[in-house]
Amino acid sequence: MSTNATVENLVPIFIMGKRYEVPETFTIMKAMEHTGYKFLRGCGCRGGVCGACSAVYRKAGDYHIRSGLACQTVVEPDMYLAQLPFYPALRQVYDYATTEAAAAAVFALYPELFRCVACNACTKICPMEVQVMDYVAALKRGDILQAAEQSFDCIQCGLCASRCMGELPQYHIAQVARRLAGGKLKPRAQHLADMLAAIQTGRFGDALADLRRADKDRLRTLYEQRELEPEMTGEEWRPQATVGL
Amino acid sequence: MPYPQQLKDLMKQVAATRAQRVAQKQSGWHFPFLSLDQRKEMLNHHPDFREEGRREVRVGPSKGYRVAHEIVDLLEARSRVDPDRLDLARVALETDVLIIGGGGAGTSAALLAQEQGASVVVATKLRHGDANTMMAEGGIQAATKGEKDSPYFHYLDVMGGGHFTNEPELVHTLVTQAPSAIAWLEALGCNFTKSPAGRLATIHGGGTSRKRMHYAADITGAEIMRTIRDEARNRGRDITLLEFSPAVELVLDERGHCVGAVLYNLETEEYFLVRAKAVILATGVCGRLHIQGFMTTNHYGATADGVVLGYRAGVPICFLHTVQYHPTGIVFPEQAEGILITEKFRGSGANLCNVDGEQFVNEREPRDVEAAAIIRECSVKGKGVPTPSGKAGIWLDSPMIELLAGEGTVKREFPGKYILLKRFGIDISQEPMLIFPTLHYQNGGLEYTSECTTKVPGLYVAGEVGGGVHGANRLMGNSLLDIIVFGRIAGENAGAYAKQAARPGALTLDHVRRYHQELASAGVGAERIAPMLLPDYTPPDVRGRQLTAQYQGTLR
Ligand SMILES: Cc1cc2nc3c(=O)[nH]c(=O)nc-3n(C[C@H](O)[C@H](O)[C@H](O)COP(=O)(O)OP(=O)(O)OC[C@H]3O[C@@H](n4cnc5c(N)ncnc54)[C@H](O)[C@@H]3O)c2cc1C
Repeated sequence: MSTNATVENLVPIFIMGKRYEVPETFTIMKAMEHTGYKFLRGCGCRGGVCGACSAVYRKAGDYHIRSGLACQTVVEPDMYLAQLPFYPALRQVYDYATTEAAAAAVFALYPELFRCVACNACTKICPMEVQVMDYVAALKRGDILQAAEQSFDCIQCGLCASRCMGELPQYHIAQVARRLAGGKLKPRAQHLADMLAAIQTGRFGDALADLRRADKDRLRTLYEQRELEPEMTGEEWRPQATVGL
Repeated sequence: MPYPQQLKDLMKQVAATRAQRVAQKQSGWHFPFLSLDQRKEMLNHHPDFREEGRREVRVGPSKGYRVAHEIVDLLEARSRVDPDRLDLARVALETDVLIIGGGGAGTSAALLAQEQGASVVVATKLRHGDANTMMAEGGIQAATKGEKDSPYFHYLDVMGGGHFTNEPELVHTLVTQAPSAIAWLEALGCNFTKSPAGRLATIHGGGTSRKRMHYAADITGAEIMRTIRDEARNRGRDITLLEFSPAVELVLDERGHCVGAVLYNLETEEYFLVRAKAVILATGVCGRLHIQGFMTTNHYGATADGVVLGYRAGVPICFLHTVQYHPTGIVFPEQAEGILITEKFRGSGANLCNVDGEQFVNEREPRDVEAAAIIRECSVKGKGVPTPSGKAGIWLDSPMIELLAGEGTVKREFPGKYILLKRFGIDISQEPMLIFPTLHYQNGGLEYTSECTTKVPGLYVAGEVGGGVHGANRLMGNSLLDIIVFGRIAGENAGAYAKQAARPGALTLDHVRRYHQELASAGVGAERIAPMLLPDYTPPDVRGRQLTAQYQGTLR
């Protein structure tokens, strides 16, 4: 499982300033577990998407502060590191149903947007390479769609907020932008609405009832006879049989 | 770790056959699918069919059922709390509906219960959203394109994928509610990938007859989770979130109705009681039990707690003898071990190749068949690719996608995985990935109805902790669907029940006492406690030196 690596080269790392030796191929997370740390906080999906394990570090003789997800970042010799599993940031409550998808609504919720001094510290620290300052700028211009697009890979770890001179909760603001874009600015899917209506009027009731009554053998036959939509076709493909449609 | 020279050399075999395989694909030829009979034969190589991997559970409502040792170990175990030491008169919190688990199912349930006018408490083990839901990449199924698809075809696909063992009633609910689940998410502001005119993009998944997998780039689960979590936070007046507070036991009343749970504050190590009129179990899965030593894709808290809690309270288990191994988990580099490579790579055309660069299975077989074929290729056939740490893997030929769909496609369509492997010095648009099946999904679980009720009145089940809808094998994209559909139903029904139900009677933990007696008379489990809560990755030598640390199971 996770810590059964063949004993290999050990390298020194400094966890909150204290020296440990760990296998050189380990991630920060596995290295910390290897030394005996047991995570309560600072560990979530272990797959790089949940934002629980953000770590900050610097390298020997280098003043630059770097960041990474502990579950994704491989240790380096003489790395000085700490985790930042939580960072306070004000999140505003809003009523999604009645919030207008307009710049003014975002400004009203988060007037601190305009405290951004465009220092770019947020973008530099982002472990997901999200262009944080750029989406903040887009929002200041009132471009919600652009901000939604540019913040899409955000994992809401909060490192941006931890570095912000203007004390913005960037990732909370971006969440509002994405929801307004997804539900209010982009057009709704008409085919989806049509399907809902079809189901409501009971269009598939008989066909489904027939399947419910079918014994295993008949189900098998129907299954094997399914017409398969070819992989390389576009939206224009139509099946030949109309049963079940 | 970039690929070492030894692997770079082996990789040449894949590159050598690539042009031909691409040409075949473009001409419409595909590696033959197995017939239903051949599938059956192939499944003998699946871990579920290793008898030595499981044993009978000797206590509880499904006594005699053979499931994985790792699960039996938890079912045959004592409670974390001593029923005689916990003061049931001291209730810390009262609510209408208590939801255990803050993943996709639990959060959907919270929103719907709140809409019934119920007060809601969500107790979750880590942070809200630290859950498998957050990790789902590939997509969510629903028949939304009426000109070529309908719930009828979705039903057939689900049943066929599950080898016709699924509970028909649950499947019927799943496929007929699917479009409204998507519409609900769309209306909440979830950014599914769509055309400028609003038409949702859909692709195939393993075992689908129509392209009905909807997605949000390659982070579908995260986009769903952060959207509904944001909405739950907006309703914070009625929905209280308790993080780092896993449930360790359900509480019943003297009539046997479920009326709350014992929670454990992981940080302060206190146990405390929440009293509720209805309880929903939405705790997800078991990947971190590492069944049969397999690596896993699952999040840190996936330790099957809900199954343990529900089972002790009297809910039978079903389909738990089947576990889904995702065919394609990273096996090298080792730091990324177990991490899922979405089926979408295969859906976009990437072949699976053995050490000689040959195809040996169609890349769109159902997951269990695909995984069994990979395991067979590496074991019986000896055609696996040896990794530096002594394991074996199979090539997933991602560079094919660039040739099929144009340069830059891999980076554009799979930004998450592209960046991840780039960090290790591997460019998956140029070099294939090395994969092996990884423990991914719990097909079975607690028995529940299409109304999300269970044998225990007042106790509801939603999401992956339940079993039946996917039968013996789930198809990709149907579980994100499952958690939204059944999460909403559970929330609605539990909310309504809580508003109508008479005030519950006196709290008891007698079912725990009875369970302990049953364990004692069967002579099992005295040395173990459950639920596990968190896995233990402390190396044995370190653990041996932790002389002053007290262990309660895997926690110290
Ligand atoms: C890597 C990955 C990729 C996937 N990709 C897809 C996909 O593309 N399409 C698809 O349909 N499905 C996919 N799945 C499956 C799907 O994501 C899950 O089946 C689904 O999200 C489960 O949702 P859930 O709400 O039931 O459980 P989870 O989302 O896991 O939530 C359960 C929650 O309960 C908490 N919990 C556990 N124990 C306790 C306790 N004792 N007390 C309190 N809280 C507790 C957990 O910490 C967690 O927060 C994927 C799964 C993984 C792991």
